[in-house]
Amino acid sequence: MSAVAFSRPRGRGRLGRRFRGAGPFTYLFLVVVAVLSAFPLYWSFVVASHDNSAVSAYPPVLTPGHELFHNIRRLFNSGEVNVNFWTALVNSALVASVVTVAVVFFSALAGFAFAKLRFRGRGVLFVAVIATLTVPVQLGIIPLYIEMVHFGWTNRLYAVIAPNLVSAYGVFLMRQYIVQAVPNELIDASRVDGCHTARVFWHVVLPAVRPVAAVLGLLTFMNTWNDFFWPLVVLSPRNPTVQVAVSTLASGYVQDYALVLTGTFISIVPLLVVFLLLGRQIIGGIMKGAVKG
Amino acid sequence: MTETTVARGTPAARRRGLRSRLLRTDAKVSPYLYIAPFFAVFGVFGLFPLGYTAWVSVTDRELLSPVVHYIGLQNFTELLHDSYFWNSVENTLAIGVISTVPQLLLALGLAHVLNTKLRARTFFRMSILLPQVTSLVAVALIFAQLFSHDYGLINYGLGQAHIGAVNWEAGRISSWIALSVMVTWRWTGYNTLIYLAAMQAIPDELYEASAIDGARGFRQFRHVTVPMLRPTIIFTVIISTIGSLQLFTEPYLFQPLKQGATGGSARQYQTIVMYLYEKAFGSTQFKFGYASAIAWCLVLLIVVISLVNFLLVRRIRSAES
Repeated sequence: MSAVAFSRPRGRGRLGRRFRGAGPFTYLFLVVVAVLSAFPLYWSFVVASHDNSAVSAYPPVLTPGHELFHNIRRLFNSGEVNVNFWTALVNSALVASVVTVAVVFFSALAGFAFAKLRFRGRGVLFVAVIATLTVPVQLGIIPLYIEMVHFGWTNRLYAVIAPNLVSAYGVFLMRQYIVQAVPNELIDASRVDGCHTARVFWHVVLPAVRPVAAVLGLLTFMNTWNDFFWPLVVLSPRNPTVQVAVSTLASGYVQDYALVLTGTFISIVPLLVVFLLLGRQIIGGIMKGAVKG
Repeated sequence: MTETTVARGTPAARRRGLRSRLLRTDAKVSPYLYIAPFFAVFGVFGLFPLGYTAWVSVTDRELLSPVVHYIGLQNFTELLHDSYFWNSVENTLAIGVISTVPQLLLALGLAHVLNTKLRARTFFRMSILLPQVTSLVAVALIFAQLFSHDYGLINYGLGQAHIGAVNWEAGRISSWIALSVMVTWRWTGYNTLIYLAAMQAIPDELYEASAIDGARGFRQFRHVTVPMLRPTIIFTVIISTIGSLQLFTEPYLFQPLKQGATGGSARQYQTIVMYLYEKAFGSTQFKFGYASAIAWCLVLLIVVISLVNFLLVRRIRSAES
C-alpha cells in the first residue's frame, strides 16, 4: 500500500507528468470512500443477521449475528409476512430475463440494419431512434396505465415486460459497435455467396457483437430488476416484482426492521453476485459509453 | 456457348434466377423488418401514451369513467393556483440542487484522484460503483433506517459527538438533506466513472505543454482537465438534473411504515412525481386529467431547466478559457 512503490522517475511518455504517483493520503481518501460506499450494504446485512431487538440496542450492534437464516425462513414463510416473496423473486427473474434477451436481440437486429444495410430513410429513421431517447417516457404513465387496463394486463407481468422490450440506447450502442466491429468485406462476401441477410445476422453479426451484448445485457438486467415506479403502479402486492414486494414488506403493520432488511438484502444479492463476477465489464461498458456518448 | 443456352432451360438455372430475385427482395425489405420491432414497441408503449397524455390533460378524466368531458385548460389553470403543486416544485428543486451539486463536485474530485498510478485500481473503481448496483428501494429502506429518529445509526453518531439527535424525516430542510445524501450515495460513483473515462481521453500533449508553462497540480486540473471535460460536464449535469426532477422512490419510502405519496405529514418532502402519483393513483384520487397536466408541467420544467443548465455550464467554462 505504500507510495514508495511508485518512485518511477518522472519522464516523458504515457506515465509522465500526467499520471501523478499516488501518495498515502490518496489511498486513505480512497479507502474512506470505499468504506462509505460499502457500509450501507454491510449494515443491511448486519441488521438482517440479528433479531429485531438488536436494532434498538445501545450502543448499536455493528457486527453480523447468527439469525440470518432464521430471518430468511421467516421471509419465505407466507403465513408470517404480508407478501409472497418466492413469487416476487421468480417474477423478477422472469421479467428481467425476458426483457434482457429481447433488448439485446432487437437492439442487435436494428443496429445491424442501421450499420450495414442500405435502405431508403436510414438516416432519418436512425435520428428518430436517437430522438426517442430525449422523450421522458415515464411521463406517459397515465395513458400507459389506461392502455394496460384496456389490454387486461394490470396485475400481470405482461404489463412490466412489454413496454421494456426495446431500448433506443441499446440500438444506438449496437449500431456504433457493429459499424467498426463487423468488416464490410465479410458482409459483402457472404452476400456474394448468396446468403440471406438473416443468415448474415445470425452467423456473422451475432457472434461478433458478443462483448457489447454482454454489457448491454448486464445493464438491462440490473435496470429491470431494480425498476420500481411502473411496477408499483401497475402490479399489486399479490403478484409483485421483488422491489414491490420489499416495499410492501416495509409497509407491514409490525415494525420489524430485521425482516425488512432481510428482504432488502435478499433483493440485492443477485445483482451483487453478478457485479462481483462481472464488475470489470460493467465498468468498462459505462466508461466506453461515456467516451462515445 | 452451347452450354449456356442449354443451361438456361435447366431447373437448376431457374432456381438460381428465383434465388437472386429473392435475394434482391431480401435486400430491399428485410432492413425494415429488422428495425420494425423497435418502432412497433416504442409506438405502442412510448409515443402513443405520450400523445394521449396531451388529450387526457384537457379532460376531466377520472380513472376509467365512461364519460369524459373536454374542459380546455382548466386543469392547467387550477394547477397554477394549487399550493400543493408549488410546494412539490419547491421541494424537488431544492433536493435537486443540494444533491446534484455536491455529487458532481465529489465525482470530479474522485475521478481526478482515480486518474493516477494506482494499485488495486479495479478494486477502487468497483467499490465506488457498488451503490449504483443497489436498487432505489434498497437505498431508501436502508437509509430510512440509518436516518431513523430513535434507533438510527446517524443520530447515534451525532449523539456521541454531542450534537444531539435530529428528527430527519420531520423537518423540511433535514429531510431534504437526508434525501440528497441517498441520491449522492447512489450516483456519485457512476458520474465518477464517466468523468474518469473522459479524463483518460485527454491527449498527453496538453499536459506536457502546460507543464512546460509551469502549471502543475491544481492549476493543471483547472486549466487543462476541467475545460477539456466541458462536454462531459454538460452531459452529467443534464442527466443528473433530469434524474433529480423525477425523484420518487427515495422520498416515497422515507417513512417505510406509512409509505405514501404525500411526502411527510406536512408534505415537507413531496416531489412533483409524488404529487402526480398521489393525484393519479393515491387512495381515493384517480384524477387522471389533473395528473396528466402535472406530467406536462414536469416535462416543461425538465426542458427549461436542462436548457438553463446547458447555457450556464457552457458560459462559465468559456468565460474561463
